[in-house]
Amino acid sequence: MAEEIKEEKTGALAKEAKKEEKAALRSVSSTPHIRDKSSTRSIMATVIIALLPATGVGIITFGPKTLLLLALSIGSAVLCEWGFEKITKQKSTVSDLSAVLTGLLLALNLPVAVPWWMPVLGAFFAIVVVKMLFGGLGQNFMNPALGARCFLVLSFSRYMTDFSYHPGWASADAVSSATPLAEVKAGGAYDVLSMFIGNEGGTIGETSAFALLIGGLILIFTGVISWHLSTCYLLSMLLFAAIFGGHGFDPLYLAAQLGGGGLMLGAFFMATDYVTRPITRKGQVIYGIFLGILTGIFRIFGPGAEGVSYAIIIGNLLVPLIERITEPKHFGYKKPVKAEKKG
Amino acid sequence: MAIFTFKGGVHPFDGKELSKDKPIRDYLPKGEMVYPVSQHIGAPAKPVVSKGQRVLVGECIAEAGGFVSAPVYASVSGTVKGIEKRRVITGDRVDCIVIENDGAYEKAAPICEKPYEEMSREEVIACIRDAGIVGMGGAGFPTHVKLSPKDPDAIDTIIVNCAECEPYLTSDYRKMLEEPDKLIRGLQIEVALFKNARGVLAVEDNKPDCIRLLKEKTAGLSDISVVPLKTKYPQGSERQLIYAVTKRAINSRMLPADAGCIVNNVDTVIAICNAVTEGEPLMYRIVTVTGDAVKEPQNFRVRTGTNYAELIEAAGGFAHEPAKIISGGPMMGFALFTTDVPVTKTSSALLCMTEDEVAKYAPSACINCGRCVEACPSRLIPSRLADHASHFNEEEFLRMNGMECVECGSCSYACPAKRQLAQNIKSMRRMQLAKRKK
Repeated sequence: MAEEIKEEKTGALAKEAKKEEKAALRSVSSTPHIRDKSSTRSIMATVIIALLPATGVGIITFGPKTLLLLALSIGSAVLCEWGFEKITKQKSTVSDLSAVLTGLLLALNLPVAVPWWMPVLGAFFAIVVVKMLFGGLGQNFMNPALGARCFLVLSFSRYMTDFSYHPGWASADAVSSATPLAEVKAGGAYDVLSMFIGNEGGTIGETSAFALLIGGLILIFTGVISWHLSTCYLLSMLLFAAIFGGHGFDPLYLAAQLGGGGLMLGAFFMATDYVTRPITRKGQVIYGIFLGILTGIFRIFGPGAEGVSYAIIIGNLLVPLIERITEPKHFGYKKPVKAEKKG
Repeated sequence: MAIFTFKGGVHPFDGKELSKDKPIRDYLPKGEMVYPVSQHIGAPAKPVVSKGQRVLVGECIAEAGGFVSAPVYASVSGTVKGIEKRRVITGDRVDCIVIENDGAYEKAAPICEKPYEEMSREEVIACIRDAGIVGMGGAGFPTHVKLSPKDPDAIDTIIVNCAECEPYLTSDYRKMLEEPDKLIRGLQIEVALFKNARGVLAVEDNKPDCIRLLKEKTAGLSDISVVPLKTKYPQGSERQLIYAVTKRAINSRMLPADAGCIVNNVDTVIAICNAVTEGEPLMYRIVTVTGDAVKEPQNFRVRTGTNYAELIEAAGGFAHEPAKIISGGPMMGFALFTTDVPVTKTSSALLCMTEDEVAKYAPSACINCGRCVEACPSRLIPSRLADHASHFNEEEFLRMNGMECVECGSCSYACPAKRQLAQNIKSMRRMQLAKRKK
């Protein structure tokens, strides 16, 4: 009896379904039915545009070889991602421009004197080892470009610390002086103005604090990053340098610390990398302050003049912890009322 | 002018231009009328008519099935064709009373004939209950239940939700402009039910003409005020609205009454006025037929039970082939696979879009950008919740307060990777709610 009813029911349902099939069914989806215009690609493109002023200054300062390094770095980064996905039979994601960005950032982190194979090796390490082996975009725990830079510094420190260059495009004599930040540390002479404009030694993208600041402002005003992280990073670094740097609040010294080395590039473009920074505002503030202190320790007490790259990749490792302690309180959160103790 | 708001939210394209200047037009149905017995939250109504019976406009055809329930009224006169399963907007097939319209629109007696001035507090609430009034913003919670809190003296604010934060919708906007007196009268009736209450009309500031008009009309009334809200989605979400107006935040385990508030939709308040002053049960609602696929977007006063397909015809039909048809707004409305479904008490719009933005973009990997976190009005981390939900990690989902989600969809809207965050979170929430019931 029960079976009969069931049969009758399914029969009726099937009939109904057939009737509906005849009429064209419209497509449905879960809510919401509209989407914001921004996409992963548009965000990556904005960051690349924001890096153009610094890249331009690098090309003008360091001459034509810069273009070759940029092309090699970006080209191999894209090729590595494409090739890895081809071999592992995944859908290609190179069109999201994140590999282009990684390649660009890596090149901006190299001195111009490096041999041609360095950006290629670096890009391979960044894309394949740091990014793809951990699951691709969004899964890496460390900033790929910085991971590659640290790998290169540790493996080929002779090349990575050779800051000699031919100034400009004329084939003048090579300049082979220490970077301004190294001079600051050694107590030598440095010119704060040229550190801000960018016509002195360093890696390709780090020399012009001014160009990087323009890029940072582009990111903030287009809403790609919020100002909290970068500002906390820069301010806490300056405060640390003022307290422990041995020069007090000497404005020239602090300006040199701010504009020298990779601090601006790191604060606006590396520390703010979405994947490897905490997701909440509060977490970003803590992360920024932590990076500032760590950079200060490395710069002032460490053996080298630089400290930004290591500070950020160590910071990357602490992100899960920071996220854990900064989980937001939900809307309407009420403190749990403790049960009254008896007796 | 102080602007009231909450933290989070998104700013979608509002699309209200299409229909905002179209006055409300009465629409007389042509085909058969279909009345689902469950047009509200709570127990389904019980049919009180039988096949072949003749009914009149405003005659009760199904009575409330419990305290949290609401009766259903016929909106035309005609003959009951039967009680059968019919498709409704959610896609389910539910029990519906089908009535053949005879076109005579012969009226039944009003549901309560006593003048308002002579009614006691209990009689007013009973009248609202008998009129079958439910929250007409979308959820359909029976209004008389809202008006019967445990401690009536604790209620100090009655908010009329005039935000209409969903893009494209203009039904509330038109009502405010065309029937402001009824709106204010309805609110006064509600305020009079509570000793310590004041009335607030909360309007988004993209409707300055409404704010001006309502301010003028309420100028002499000491217990009613107009509050401008920042234009932002989901400003009209109950919890966010209460916070914007009173700065009191409630969570998922609390009711608006716990914050001393009662929130009603514009249409609901006008229905209260109609029920109490004229004895008219709930059988109309304003439906915005809009979207770029529709030839002439319109605002219609529709009798509940009318077929959606008729409304599209009444709006001139399609100018372009629609890619998607939605009952309600684009943020929280139901996508329809067929327009052969009836208008219910909670239908606010019929939106026909030429582009299916959900199908257009394929979801890609999360880049941890945090836009969902910025957008979430409940201050959660939607990307993580969606991950836990899709991995069926219930424990983590609950620990990260997934049940506090209001399902507004702001996270999915904001996501640059086009991930289906709200969908994942919603499915998990449904599972958890079903478990709780067991």
